[in-house]
Amino acid sequence: MAALLTPNRILIAFLLGLAALPLFAAQFTVTIVNYIGLYALVALGLVLLTGIGGLTSFGQAAFVGLGAYATAYLTTRHGMSPWGTLIVGMVITTAVSLALGFITLRLSGHFLPLGTIAWGISLYFIFGNVQALGGHGGIDGIPPVELFGLELGSSRAFFYVIWVTLLAAIITTQNMLDSREGRAMRCLRAMTMTEAMGINTLRYRMVLFMIAAQFACVSGWLYAHLQRFVNPTPFSLGQGIEYLFMAVLGGASAVWGAVFGATAVSFLKEWLQDWLPKLLGATGNFEMVVFGLLTIIVLHRARDGMWPILMRFIPQRELTRTVEPALALPRRDVPECGSDVLQVLNVTKRFGGLVANNKMNLTVRAGEVMALIGPNGAGKSTLFNCISGVNPATEGEIRFMGQRIEHLGSRAIAKLGMSRSFQHVRLNQDMTVLENAAIGAHLRGRKNFVQSAWRLDREEERRLLWEAAHQLQRCGLGEHLFDTCGSLPLGKQRIVEIARALSSDPTLLLLDEPAAGLRHLEKRALADLLAKLRGEGMAILLVEHDMDFVMGLADRVLVMEFGEYLAEGLPQEIQTNPKVLEAYLGGMDE
Amino acid sequence: MDAAVALLLAQDGVTNGAIYALLSLALVLVFAVTRVIYIPQGEFVAYGALSMAAVNAGLLPPTMWLVVTLGLAVAIVDSVAAIREGAKARLPLIIIKNAVLPILAVIVVRYLPLKDLAYPVQVLIALGFVVPLGPQIYRLAFQPVAEASVLLLLIVAVAVHFVMVGMGLYFFGAEGGRIPPFTEGGVTLGPAYVQYQTIWIVGIAALLIAGLALFFEHSIYGKALRATAINRTGARLMGISADLAGKLCFTLSALVGAFSGILIAPITTIYYDTGFLIGLKGFVGAIIGGLASYPLAAAGAVLVGLLESYSSFYASAYKEVIVFTLIIPVLLYQSLTTKHIDDEEDH
Repeated sequence: MAALLTPNRILIAFLLGLAALPLFAAQFTVTIVNYIGLYALVALGLVLLTGIGGLTSFGQAAFVGLGAYATAYLTTRHGMSPWGTLIVGMVITTAVSLALGFITLRLSGHFLPLGTIAWGISLYFIFGNVQALGGHGGIDGIPPVELFGLELGSSRAFFYVIWVTLLAAIITTQNMLDSREGRAMRCLRAMTMTEAMGINTLRYRMVLFMIAAQFACVSGWLYAHLQRFVNPTPFSLGQGIEYLFMAVLGGASAVWGAVFGATAVSFLKEWLQDWLPKLLGATGNFEMVVFGLLTIIVLHRARDGMWPILMRFIPQRELTRTVEPALALPRRDVPECGSDVLQVLNVTKRFGGLVANNKMNLTVRAGEVMALIGPNGAGKSTLFNCISGVNPATEGEIRFMGQRIEHLGSRAIAKLGMSRSFQHVRLNQDMTVLENAAIGAHLRGRKNFVQSAWRLDREEERRLLWEAAHQLQRCGLGEHLFDTCGSLPLGKQRIVEIARALSSDPTLLLLDEPAAGLRHLEKRALADLLAKLRGEGMAILLVEHDMDFVMGLADRVLVMEFGEYLAEGLPQEIQTNPKVLEAYLGGMDE
Repeated sequence: MDAAVALLLAQDGVTNGAIYALLSLALVLVFAVTRVIYIPQGEFVAYGALSMAAVNAGLLPPTMWLVVTLGLAVAIVDSVAAIREGAKARLPLIIIKNAVLPILAVIVVRYLPLKDLAYPVQVLIALGFVVPLGPQIYRLAFQPVAEASVLLLLIVAVAVHFVMVGMGLYFFGAEGGRIPPFTEGGVTLGPAYVQYQTIWIVGIAALLIAGLALFFEHSIYGKALRATAINRTGARLMGISADLAGKLCFTLSALVGAFSGILIAPITTIYYDTGFLIGLKGFVGAIIGGLASYPLAAAGAVLVGLLESYSSFYASAYKEVIVFTLIIPVLLYQSLTTKHIDDEEDH
């Protein structure tokens, strides 16, 4: 039985059933499946925005309206071809979505949904009040779409246009998510980490919002030519919220969740509108109440929606378990051994009145391991954040490879060849170890999301994954490449962070407590790896509490206490320094 | 436009603006303490106004069965939690507070001659069957996901809005409701004739705002809310229950919303779904305050009221468009001046 139900067979059966549907199904069914296709396309955009990007929009119905009204107005009043109006609609959508994104996406995540509420309401009122757009009466007489001289006037013929469009959108979306740019999109919620890997998070949020808006616009264009009539009603804010419910109920974490959500909501709505008023003996929008309650329950009990629950009953597709060998990526020039890579000069960091780092100085040279130690709260991680641009210094000068970087953001610094790990692991727990490591190699690829959607990025993709796999193997994680990060123990997750940093081919590696949570043998392997990297000319700055690890590995040690410099020197000097001993063990008189 | 019309419009704008200001304060409060973008705030305006209209007409408040049902649900959820924690001693209080009390209230109200009661008593009864919905909604819809992302809380809020609007149609029907003013008539102040209700609205709004300020400055609960708003974890470590803070501010916001509805219903007809747009205008005010500053939010809300009033004179079909487009320059300004973006990690 299980052998009968493979994912591929289910997909083929679904597609065959779909293709045959208009040939025998009743008109009513064809109509509803047409609408499901239109809704699913919009919901797919919301899956990208909400499930992948951690943003959301209530204004998708307005983008649907934009696409529908653009073609309705231009085909009826100016006799334009529907194909031309599609392009016009998409151009306007791009402009609007980029403008809205520019205004709201720099702010906290909740300003986009608030902005889209305002946009959704405004556009709805404009549709209803502009006489050229037919006011509340709308526009009728929209011509059918012609394809290769074939007029697609009937809803049965148009069925194929809708579903081919939707399936193409699903496939290209899946392709996009399984690529360099897609991985960056999937990490957008962890903004600090993503920026520190050199990824422009603002750009990706804009792109996701724009793609979601385009899907909605195309859905609107299809709607106008299916219905051959438009009025403002289906583009209201309420409908925009329903689209979101479809994505959330279906499952915002998977592209097929959009199709499932649109299907479930459409049928449920049809059924509820028929039965609830009879059942309750009163008129009302009871389906609104039911959808609202369902959404709350789903968000409480199954945040990823219904699709993952459904998937539990179907055997999963075997994942590709090999990484194809590929040409190694080009590497950065390694600075001469012993030359200064990083200079920190009089760096002070204040949080309000608290001085976390006071006039700190330190130098790291190529081919050496510099250790930064000190009791908890000494300001070590703060200094790391100043150096890597995650939280810039208040005063002072930081030079990396001779260039001033204290005013640069973490993204720009990453581009210069500095990479880091975090004290609190920042990995995407749902992505595989390989994908997480490949995030580090982001800056070493060039192909964009359009190329990846159409699989024009495969050569580069192989090289990036090969590099990530190579770094993971060096770090001893070769057997975990295809495990999800969440399934690894914390110690190993820290090593994934190191592999991710190494995938960027850094000149300087900043490691924040890399040995914490590791067992003895793992620590030794890590020390060996770091020694090897040092031998290759890499500069390494590490914060660590494990003294055996530090003293056995570091070339020089700098000790901090209360945000200030306490001592600096060779490991054996530090071990016998009375000030250091007092800081760690407490004074005699206390 | 002559001076008389301008004054009339200004009066209208300030009146509505005062209501929006109250709502925007409630929105900022709820967001600061619980991170919930409280879209259903406006529904309380409609619920308050229409419940008062019902009581004023001698009908039972339609929302009373909702209060009883949600009360029973809260009693069950809280009882289960108490049993799991092994705190069975709390059960009687939980059941009395959430299940018995609402039922008793319903029984009492059934035997009251609602139509003949004094106006203020009617107001109290209407509020009594709307305001409890606030903490009940917090307990059932938001408390279980209190630690989730702002995004998830926002989607829950929108779902609650959907449920409340759907229920509103069932409770109150599609016809609008209006109630008699607190005091009939008006007074001529210089060149303008001012209705007494306008004075009531502006005066009560000012009093409520002052009252909220006193509450936050001086009462222990107000201080607890402020502490929670500044640092949730820190407040919890100091023994301030996040659940209590959440319930408290949802109660306040329900009270502010429902009372705003009762204030405005004598001068505007309120329908079951009117609240949404009113609430959103409160939001525009709150956004002007960056969802953080109370005085800026209140000032922004008054600005929204004035803008709405004057645009309804010049371009009445586009008045909503004009009001909601106002947030674009505001957001643009905030966007260009903000450097820090919240890093909200996955929850």
